[in-house]
Amino acid sequence: MSGTRHTISVLVNNQPGVLQRVAGLFSRRGFNIDSITVGTSEEKGLSRMVIVTTGDDHTVEQISKQLYKLIDVIKVVDLSDHPMVARELALIKVNADPSVRAEILGVVDTFRAAVVDISPNTMIVQVVGDSDKVDAMIELLKPYGIREISRTGVTAMMRGTNK
Amino acid sequence: MAVEGLATLSKEELRKKLLQPDEITGSEILLRSLLLEGVECVFGYPGGAVLYIYDAMYGNPDFNHLLTRHEQGAIHAADGYARSTGKVGVCIATSGPGATNLVTGIATAYMDSVPLVVITGNVATTAIGTDAFQEADITGITMPITKHSYLVRDVRDLARTIREAFYIASTGRKGPVLIDIPKDVSAAKTVFRYDEKIELRGYNPTVEPNKLQVNKLVQAMEKAERPVILAGGGVVHAGAHRELIELVEKTRIPVVTTLLGLGGFPSDHELWFGMPGMHGTYAANKALQNCDLLISIGARFDDRVTMRVDGFAPKATIAHIDVDPAEVGKVVKTSIPCVGDVKAVLTAINAKIGQTASKEKWIAWLKELQEKFPLRYKDSDEELKPQYVIEMIYETTKGEAIITTDVGQHQMWTAQYYKFKHPRSWITSGGLGTMGFGFPSAIGAQIGNPDRLVISINGDGGMQMCAQELAVCAINNIPVKIVVINNQVLGMVRQWQEIIYDNRYSHIDLSGSPDFVKLAEAYGIKGLRATNKEEARKVWQEALETPGPVLIDFVVSKEENVYPMVTQGNTIDDMLLGDD
Repeated sequence: MSGTRHTISVLVNNQPGVLQRVAGLFSRRGFNIDSITVGTSEEKGLSRMVIVTTGDDHTVEQISKQLYKLIDVIKVVDLSDHPMVARELALIKVNADPSVRAEILGVVDTFRAAVVDISPNTMIVQVVGDSDKVDAMIELLKPYGIREISRTGVTAMMRGTNK
Repeated sequence: MAVEGLATLSKEELRKKLLQPDEITGSEILLRSLLLEGVECVFGYPGGAVLYIYDAMYGNPDFNHLLTRHEQGAIHAADGYARSTGKVGVCIATSGPGATNLVTGIATAYMDSVPLVVITGNVATTAIGTDAFQEADITGITMPITKHSYLVRDVRDLARTIREAFYIASTGRKGPVLIDIPKDVSAAKTVFRYDEKIELRGYNPTVEPNKLQVNKLVQAMEKAERPVILAGGGVVHAGAHRELIELVEKTRIPVVTTLLGLGGFPSDHELWFGMPGMHGTYAANKALQNCDLLISIGARFDDRVTMRVDGFAPKATIAHIDVDPAEVGKVVKTSIPCVGDVKAVLTAINAKIGQTASKEKWIAWLKELQEKFPLRYKDSDEELKPQYVIEMIYETTKGEAIITTDVGQHQMWTAQYYKFKHPRSWITSGGLGTMGFGFPSAIGAQIGNPDRLVISINGDGGMQMCAQELAVCAINNIPVKIVVINNQVLGMVRQWQEIIYDNRYSHIDLSGSPDFVKLAEAYGIKGLRATNKEEARKVWQEALETPGPVLIDFVVSKEENVYPMVTQGNTIDDMLLGDD
């Protein structure tokens, strides 16, 4: 799909099936989901989903309007219209023989990432940042041999006092 | 009719009795709640998972239930009831296959914004997810075709859920709401409370329009020299037909009505130019293509109306009045959006609108087109023409009957040749195009309108998708006049295969269909047949004079096509007009 990347924050009732309603809406109407994260919010009974999608203005307007039609959706905000903080966490299991450990730790330090597990031949690197930073970290670790990657997808929030 | 109320209590007495805070089962809560919502008749079919609910109905003098012969018949009947009365239609089916048999009916109602509350049983909460006997995830299956759905896991949530379901189904853009009730929930007991107040944070439909938007629209209407109103099903749903007439009388803006909008504006009005779109009138399509202001009122620019979108209404500023903000700008670029209840918006416009530009030249041009290119067909004295039958039905009922149709050629001919005068008199599956809808929806319409003449017009294909409901008409003496426009072929498919697929007729021959007269008689319903004009007049008169249900088999010519026709990929003013 053409268009730009949008990060949409959706406040929903924490009801069984709400993720299915939202995800089903995207697939049914041909909207794409680059990533989706869900967790509890500041208010009991409500969850916040952060969905990263790509689309032109018309598509994003439709996404917002169609989401609002779901009874369990309370609020939809296109964070991309505002200054925002977007973060993703990735765990990267990389080959790490004792001979290259120091080198990898150097990369990890530069990225202010962390090593959260270490075995005789591998390490798990935890990196937090925007998606570009995570992508860059992965690129730098590739030469050592990546065994496994697990990414959370983006969660995000508007900067400042606005809610 | 067997479903008439047996209740002996007055409305207030009944209400008081129902609101007693007794400790009762989920099944009794359901029935009481439905009665408190004003439900007159529930259409349904029992089964294992709803046995407690059906047990609660047993001997209940206040509760009316109509047993259909297929769950699909039940939901289409509930749909016909809802469309013809404006009230919420209710149907019940059991879990698994009972519930999945409702799916087509739910999608039908969803596409045409019909308020339904659909109740399904499910296996006990302890068995959900185990692939138990007759288990189906019906809330999951129907998520994309319901306005909302509930799986009630605790009997204490049931009354509130029903209250919410009725509220959601009948407000904003209306639609079907499903309530799935596991068997143990329908058996469990709790103290009944029916709270009037509903709190739904995520549901606040816009009723009153934005004043600035109304002003902008009024200004555009005052200035326009070639405006046209495209009135859709939203006018009917909102009960805004009087406001629409008032607006047209004030402004003399010509009107075209979509398939679902028929009856939303009286078709004997001098400023009505017919239905636009694929099988629309010449004048209606030309009006849309040449207007300078297109005011869509409760219409959603369906592809059968717009046809080729990038060539649709090329000279027009588009204004769109709709209760559903997501419809505005969805298909066509809209310069003047106006979100709100159609009735509220039209009331606001009527209060505001002043002197408008003269559009007599525009009206005269449209009238000239209407005269030059009327709907027409080549009549015959040898064979019966389907259009003739529809015209005859119109003339003999003077546009006062409730007409339901199935889907296909007969549906389009009815839309063209039956001139609807009143809203809620035209019941057809427009969005989903559901075959098998026509006859059962008439049963529901008749239940909701016991004093009106209800005529169901079907093809010989669709009639066989719901013929089992003849038993319901017979046993309950539901006096629907069941018309079969019998051309022994799947006519609309045949027409496409002739015009677009180069006469390659693939699987459209309905040879082997039953003798419909004998079929009706087998159910104990009077059956009549006509094969020419004279017979048609005679048997139709007989049918109208017969109390109770009658099936009339009109054997019509096979090769008749619906014209005008716009083929796909073309703009709506590029019409095939037929060869005569």
